[in-house]
Formats: sequence, C-alpha cells, structure tokens
Amino acid sequence: MSKKETKDKTYWYETLKLLGIILGVWFVISFGVSIVFVDTLNKINLGGYPLGFWFAQQGSIYIYVLLIFIYIYFIGKLDKKYDVHEK
Amino acid sequence: MSLQVTIYITVGLSFALYIGLAFWSRAKSTSDFYVAGGNVSPLMNGMATAAGWMSAASFISMAGMISVMGYGGSVFLMGWTGGYVLLAMLLAPYLRKFGKFTVPQFIRDRFYSKGAAAVAVVCLLVASLTYIVGQMTGVGVAFSRFLGVSTDVGIYIGMGVVFAYAVLGGMKGITYTQVAQYCVLIMAYIIPAIFISLQLTGNPIPQLGLGSKMIGTDVALLTRVNEVVTDLGFKMYTTNIAGSKLNMVLFTLSLMIGTAGLPHVIVRFFTVPSVKAARRSAGYTLIFIALLYTTAPAIAAMAKYNLHTTVNPGIEKNIDIFAEESSIVGSKRPDWMKRWEATGLLNWEDKNDDGRIQYYNDETTDPEVLKSAEDAGWEGNELTVNADIMVLANPEIAMLPNWVIALVAAGGLAAALSTAAGLLMAISSAISHDLLKGILIPNLSDKRELLLGKIAMACSIVFAGWLGLNPPGFAAGTVALAFGIAASTLFPALMMGIFSKRVNKEGAIAGMLAGLIITLFYVFAHKGIFFIKGTQYTDLIGGPNSFFGISPEAFGAVGAAINFAVAYIVSIFTKSPPAHIQELVESVRIPRGAQDIKSSHE
Repeated sequence: MSKKETKDKTYWYETLKLLGIILGVWFVISFGVSIVFVDTLNKINLGGYPLGFWFAQQGSIYIYVLLIFIYIYFIGKLDKKYDVHEK
Repeated sequence: MSLQVTIYITVGLSFALYIGLAFWSRAKSTSDFYVAGGNVSPLMNGMATAAGWMSAASFISMAGMISVMGYGGSVFLMGWTGGYVLLAMLLAPYLRKFGKFTVPQFIRDRFYSKGAAAVAVVCLLVASLTYIVGQMTGVGVAFSRFLGVSTDVGIYIGMGVVFAYAVLGGMKGITYTQVAQYCVLIMAYIIPAIFISLQLTGNPIPQLGLGSKMIGTDVALLTRVNEVVTDLGFKMYTTNIAGSKLNMVLFTLSLMIGTAGLPHVIVRFFTVPSVKAARRSAGYTLIFIALLYTTAPAIAAMAKYNLHTTVNPGIEKNIDIFAEESSIVGSKRPDWMKRWEATGLLNWEDKNDDGRIQYYNDETTDPEVLKSAEDAGWEGNELTVNADIMVLANPEIAMLPNWVIALVAAGGLAAALSTAAGLLMAISSAISHDLLKGILIPNLSDKRELLLGKIAMACSIVFAGWLGLNPPGFAAGTVALAFGIAASTLFPALMMGIFSKRVNKEGAIAGMLAGLIITLFYVFAHKGIFFIKGTQYTDLIGGPNSFFGISPEAFGAVGAAINFAVAYIVSIFTKSPPAHIQELVESVRIPRGAQDIKSSHE
C-alpha cells in the first residue's frame, strides 16, 4: 500500500469517528432528551419553559445548527492535517 | 387604503420582483439550466435552499398543526430540521465532490447500472410529483383566500409566474427568485410573530416570548395556555402526544431521513463551487430554516391563546369561563371571523341557540369540564377551526395593521411558489438529463438537451397545474408518501454509495425496490391502493398501525432500515463492484480535486 493510500485511509477513519461523535449527540438530543426522557426533564423549568418541551421545540434546533458548524470546523482541520483540502 | 388593495399591491410587487429576476438570469447552457452555472455562493444557496425547502406546508400549516398537537407537534420541528445534520455530513459534500448534474446520475455511475438509475428516477418522480400536488393546491388556496379570485384562476396565475422564471432561467432563474422569496417569506412570518409576542409577553423576540410571563402577570405564557386549554377540556398543551413515544421517535426519524433524501433539496448543493462551500451552505441553510422553525412554536401557542380569548373574553378577565357573559355574542364577533367563515376554514353553528359562541372540547373525558359545560347550558362545541387559520388569520386575530396581513399573503405565495419551482426543476432534470440523455438518447448535444430540458420543464408545469386543478382527492396523504419514499429509497442508496465500497449494483437495486415496495404496501394498506378510496386493506395486515403501533407517516424509517439490510445482504452474496468503482468511491470521499460540475455521461 502506498503512503498516500494509507494516509487517505486514516483520513477516512478519522472522518468516520468525527461523524460518529456528532451523530451520537444528534441522536441523544433528538430522541433521548426531546422524546424518551422528556417527562423527567419537564420537571425542571427554563424561564417559563418546561425544559423537555424547550428542547423539543427550540433547543434541539439550535443544537442542530451548532452541530453542523462544529462539523465544518473539525472536518476542515482534518482536511488540512491529511493534506486533502481543496486548493 | 382598503385591505384588498393593500394585498394586491404587495403581492403584485413581489411577483414583479420575481419575474424581473427571471429575465436578468436567463439560462444559456445546460450548466446554467441544471446547476445555475455551479458558482452560487454558499450564503445565497443557503437562502435558496431554505426557500425551496419551506413549502406551503411549513409556512401555512405547520404552526397550526403544532397549535393543535401541542408538544406532539415537535415531530415536525425536529424532523424537518434535524435532517439537515444528516445532509450536511453524510451526503452534500460527497455528492458535490462527485460533481454531476443530478441525483440519479450518481446512482447510475456509482452502481454502474442504467437499471439502478431508472429505479432512482422512478422514486424521484413519485416523491416529487406527490409533493408538488400539495404545492399547487397551496398556491390556488392562497390566491383564492387573499386575492378573492377562484382557486382555478389562482393556479393559472401561479403556473404563469413559475413558467416565466423556471423555463427561462432553469436552476439559475430559480436560485435568484428563491433568494428573493426567502426574504419575503421570512419577513412575512416573523413580523406578525414579533407583534403578538410583544402584545402578550412584552418581549419582542418570539422565541423568548414563548418562555416568558404574560404581560402584567406573574404567570408564564405556557402555564396559562395549559390552564386555558385543560379548563376547556383539551389536552395539556406542553405534554400532549399522539400515539406512542416509539411512533413519535420513528415519525421524527422518517421526516429527518426523508428530508436528507429529497432530490430537490440535494441538487441545490450541486450549485456551489466547492466541497467546502457545500458544507458551509448546509449550515447557512439550517440557520435560515431555523429562523422560521423556532418562531413557529411561538406562533402556535400565542395564536391558540388569542383565539381562545377572542371567543371567550372571560379568559382574559380571569372570570369563570363557563359564565354566560364569558362567551362572545355571535352577532358581535369580529370581522375577520366572518371573512374566514366565507372560505370554510372557520365555522360557527349555534347549537344551543343562545346567540353566543362556545368553543371547547365536547369529547373530553374530564367529568368536571363536562359537568360545568352542561350546567352552563352548552350543548356541544360550536366553533370548528381549520388549523391553517393560526397562521393565515394570525395578524387579524391579533388586530395587526393591514400591511402585515398583506405581507402574510405574499409570504404564503412565496413559500408555495419557491418549493413548486424547486420540485419542477428536480422533475424536469430527471426527465431530460437522466431519462432522455442518460438512457434513451445518449448522443444528445448540449444545445438540444437545454431545449429538451426547457420543454420538459414546461410540460411538468402544465402537468403539475393539471394535478392542482384536479386534485386526486388524496392531497393530504401525499406528503407522508413523498417523505416515506425519499427515506426508504434514495437516502439509503446514496449513503451506501458513499460509505460502503462493498454495496454493488445488485444490492442497491434490490434495496431500493424492497424499501419502495414495503413502504408503499404499508401506506396503501391505510390510505388505499394509489389512494383510491375503499381499497384500504388494513385487515390484511392486522388492523391500522399494526406494525408495533407505527402510523404510515412514520414508516419511512422502517423502510430505510429494510433497504439497508437487503442491499447489504444481497451485495455479500454477489460479486464486489469493479475496481474503478471502488476508486470512484475513494475519490468522492476526499475533498481535493473537486471540479466544476460537468454534464458528461461516461
């Protein structure tokens, strides 16, 4: 296997790890916090919002936006580290 | 100036803007026509994608659905935004690197098969056509309600406007009009929300207003809404769910996967100049969408409260809501109620002949509410309200000035037209590029293909208009089908095409067909074969929602899982994709070397 191929392979492996972490947060926020455990969280208040309800109708959406920009930042760093970025 | 004149001027100005942009951005090549020349900036593309994504359903219906469903409405909020995380990370950058014009073209090249492309074209056409029916009826309805023309005339006007910029400009014309349409629709959505948030909570930001205290009191808005609706026999606003939590999870997941797999959304990311731009553009898109989606729950709860206090002013005065003087006198009801009664979206029937309007849930199981209602001489709920009212009549309910009402009219039309145009683009490019050039007439010249693309676009508009004029009577059920098909066929095929080198032609075709068939089977069981009334066969599958209590709308996620499983198993038992395909996958995974989008079919 050439050096470039090994490098591309590690790049892809690290990309998958990054995607896995971000999708893990995405999954927990969408389905754990906002649906399955919503009743428990609703016992806490965030201003006038029950917390679970806030996550389901507001917080989850803010977190999705944040996740995409976190992804853009880290994948950009990976691109540079493995020298596969666009010139 | 009268309300009607204000509406005419506002809508007229917005249309003049769209058509002006269309003339300015005419398509001169197939690259202009299919991908707007491939050099749209990420920010512009973000706005255009957001406008193309947010349909009449998002703009007009979603807040109303949340208003009715309360917490349960969160499935739409999360489902229609969370999909962008998947799209941004799993599909958009890689499909942009691949660098061709259409979604079926990726399927065709990656799975080295015209057969796979043909299946993808069929899935794309079914998903997009079912989706467009709703948009065309939405256009007709918005016109007829705001401009006082008939629904048919409304559809003809809508067809004419879309024709002007979609046929002339293709993707290029659509992109710049969608940017303008985004600006119109987001203003139209947020301005009334700011007004009602200020009126009710004193906080001008609706997202914060929803979590604030009612003005001049010490009670949170949501707490008050909960009190009011439960007093009237409705379910608790902040905890109400329809069906099981499993169903809610799968419904949300289906909408997310479906969103990421809808071709008219994916192709927008072919219009940006690089992989990096595709990623950033997905982020911007979600910001622009989030502006509307985080405002919607505020409109939902506030409009609900306003509607209840309009009909039962006793709520605001904090007196017994069952007292006679609490209910509004029918003959003194506000003008907007009379106006919307004419459209059939609102209906008052004085069941107990007391001349007053009683609006409550007469099917409640709460014995206290039933007893209070009976003691007060109420003989059933007298007001039926179509959920769309919450957005359409929202400015009138809150007594906002005429120009705000006119703006909502222009916004609703912008939402419906921008989505219709995006869908038409996906449909016509599948026909001219994938079907005609890709499969039937491979040696088509660029110039002829551009002409055929425009003809396909014109035919699609006429067909969509015809569907809008003669709605097949199943319009309501079709959105579920569009998302179900996108989720169970296109998304898994695209994702496996990028993330697996092992999935081959046989696997992809078998997977897409399995996902398509099982999803159609389950949806048709509930809604009738091809939505024909009376052909439901729920008995055959053991009653409605028999599969773990999952509703047909939530089945797309199951279809997707089946697609993944079938594709993988079939691939293992057949031979690996050839070496050049494995190289293609490797090159798609790496940003470097992304080029301008090309048309060439290998």
